[in-house]
Amino acid sequence: MNTSQTKDICTEEFLINMGPQHPSTHGVLSLELKLDGEMIRDCTAHIGYLHRSMEKLAENRTYTQFIPYTDRLDYVASMNNNMGYVMAVEKLLNLEISDRAKYIRVIAAELNRIASHLIAIGTFAQDLGAFATPLFYCFREREKIIDIFDQICGNRLTYNYMRIGGVQFDLPKGIDEKIKKFIKYMRSKVDDYDWLLTYNTIFLARSKHIGLLPKDLAINYSVSGPNLRASGVKWDLRKDEPYLVYEKLEFDIPVGENGDSWDRYKVRLEEIRQSLKIVEQALGALPEGDPTVKIGRIHKPSPSEIYLRTENPRGELGFFIISDGSAYPYRLKIRSPSFSNLAVLPELVKGLKIADIVCILGSLDILMGETDR
Amino acid sequence: MLMMLIAGIAVLAFISASAMFLIWWERKVSAHIQSRFGPMRVGWHGVLQPIADAVKLLLKEDIRPAEADKLVWWLAPFFAVVPPVMAFAAIPFGKSLIPKDLNVGILYIMAISSVCVIGIFMAGWGSNNKYSLLGGMRSAAQIVSYEIPMILSMITVVMHANSLSMQKIVEAQSRHWNILHPNMLLAALVYTIAATAEVNRAPFDIPEAESELVAGFHTEYSGMKFAMFFIGEYTNLFIIAAISTTLFFGGWHGPFLPPVVWFLSKTYLCIFIWMWVRWTFPRARVDQLMAFAWKVLTPIAFVNLAITGWLLLK
Repeated sequence: MNTSQTKDICTEEFLINMGPQHPSTHGVLSLELKLDGEMIRDCTAHIGYLHRSMEKLAENRTYTQFIPYTDRLDYVASMNNNMGYVMAVEKLLNLEISDRAKYIRVIAAELNRIASHLIAIGTFAQDLGAFATPLFYCFREREKIIDIFDQICGNRLTYNYMRIGGVQFDLPKGIDEKIKKFIKYMRSKVDDYDWLLTYNTIFLARSKHIGLLPKDLAINYSVSGPNLRASGVKWDLRKDEPYLVYEKLEFDIPVGENGDSWDRYKVRLEEIRQSLKIVEQALGALPEGDPTVKIGRIHKPSPSEIYLRTENPRGELGFFIISDGSAYPYRLKIRSPSFSNLAVLPELVKGLKIADIVCILGSLDILMGETDR
Repeated sequence: MLMMLIAGIAVLAFISASAMFLIWWERKVSAHIQSRFGPMRVGWHGVLQPIADAVKLLLKEDIRPAEADKLVWWLAPFFAVVPPVMAFAAIPFGKSLIPKDLNVGILYIMAISSVCVIGIFMAGWGSNNKYSLLGGMRSAAQIVSYEIPMILSMITVVMHANSLSMQKIVEAQSRHWNILHPNMLLAALVYTIAATAEVNRAPFDIPEAESELVAGFHTEYSGMKFAMFFIGEYTNLFIIAAISTTLFFGGWHGPFLPPVVWFLSKTYLCIFIWMWVRWTFPRARVDQLMAFAWKVLTPIAFVNLAITGWLLLK
């Protein structure tokens, strides 16, 4: 074919709208992709399909009434969201809670972290085409955690368990045996995942050196949580700004080396191990006492503003509350980890294949509930 | 003439029954691998589930995208089903149980099943959907690339048997199966990998990569047209398993039991291995797949072919 002929063939960019209805955009995320064959030239994320104006709703609810709304932010880690919110209000009110409540909160939060990471790992493997098998395994294990939560608070997904000044109920009888059994069971299962998935050749080929997130880029985009730690930044609020009883507990913070998709997966897997360790210790040190709330439901904090951040499974969850002295918050701002983690996506995918974007999105483990709020 | 007609009807009946059985079996295998039960409601352990599914698919509305290329879109499902059905003509089920013992049997099967790619590409192009188009293009690239190592691995067997006829190939293994020769073992491995890609099964199912391309080339098909792709896929799976049985595992040879039982049990065992692989491994990426075909499989197949030739001449 000579050049004059090839000039007549015009090529154009292939615009594809991935989502909001798509099997692997993790909810209602819409990605506008500009493709050159299979190669991604440009990527724009459109969010807002799950916007429920949580922050505005908060202004018309009392402090206690807003707790169930936090369940619906990051709906696979409701406990952690509950906890972040009630701790922010407690800080606003200068409220101290009993030691037993602190330990129960840690146990619930860490169990929920495991459940959340299990979903992250399962869906990540699913996105890489390991069709449904790892997902089912992860859900099988998650079911045991949900059973425990079901006994503790009567709910399976949106727990609404934390209260301003404590927790809703004390732990039921015999639950510590059940949790101990789960810890033993889960440890062997995490080892199984290592055998089955972590070092699988295809899995490595698909996720190693894909979606490299360098340290400085991660910090500039305020990426947090396992995604940040996978890039080699040792930053975990549980260690660096310890709250509740985390400083009394012994655990490591796993960090990655390259900041690729595999590292992000691996960090989550290690965090499951560490969380199991935390739950075990917390269960052993659980003090006697009454963790339930002893004060009324209506709180009128003095006019002030506070910001409190906690380590969510997905990263740094912050609540900024302005109080004007009434029973309702004047303004409540939620800093959700997924929002910042998603923002970095277009930087990671340029020049990669369409299959890689699914891999990277899965490894970032975003959740639309808290991205759109 | 009458005999041919009866043979034709028998083959068609077998294909539908086999496809339905395989769909049920795949659902059961996948379910047990994933620690669940799979279909349990319709019949004993859900054996009648494929029939219920078929009735549902027959009753479904046939939706055609407004901007689809009508003729191409309409024809594509036929191209997906007809070639694998035609390939049955040369599959040896038993000593005399073969629809037609062609003297170019293996060549005929390969030539006919290559037509499948046209059906997939037609579906991808005709649907006028971007995901379908990507799926169709991937499929064309993949199937064309993997055909080369697949055929090269078959040629090693043909060289041993000294014939292209399927029956002659089986007869050549009356004393011991081909798989027992080291070079044949290598050929069987190459064939298994290439055949997996040839029928678009995981880990090489990139044309219909669910997590990327929604459903790839058959995104826009509904009802019976979708079922046609499904039947085509499972018939193809049976064909590649039947070929591997014939070429490497002694075909219908075996003691005590009647030949057809031997043939079918070997074939379904091969299919089980393909299912096992599908529900265990993640999916390879399109460029890794192509690199693997051209840089690894094809050279191995060529070297193996040369060694086989040298061994035969010696």
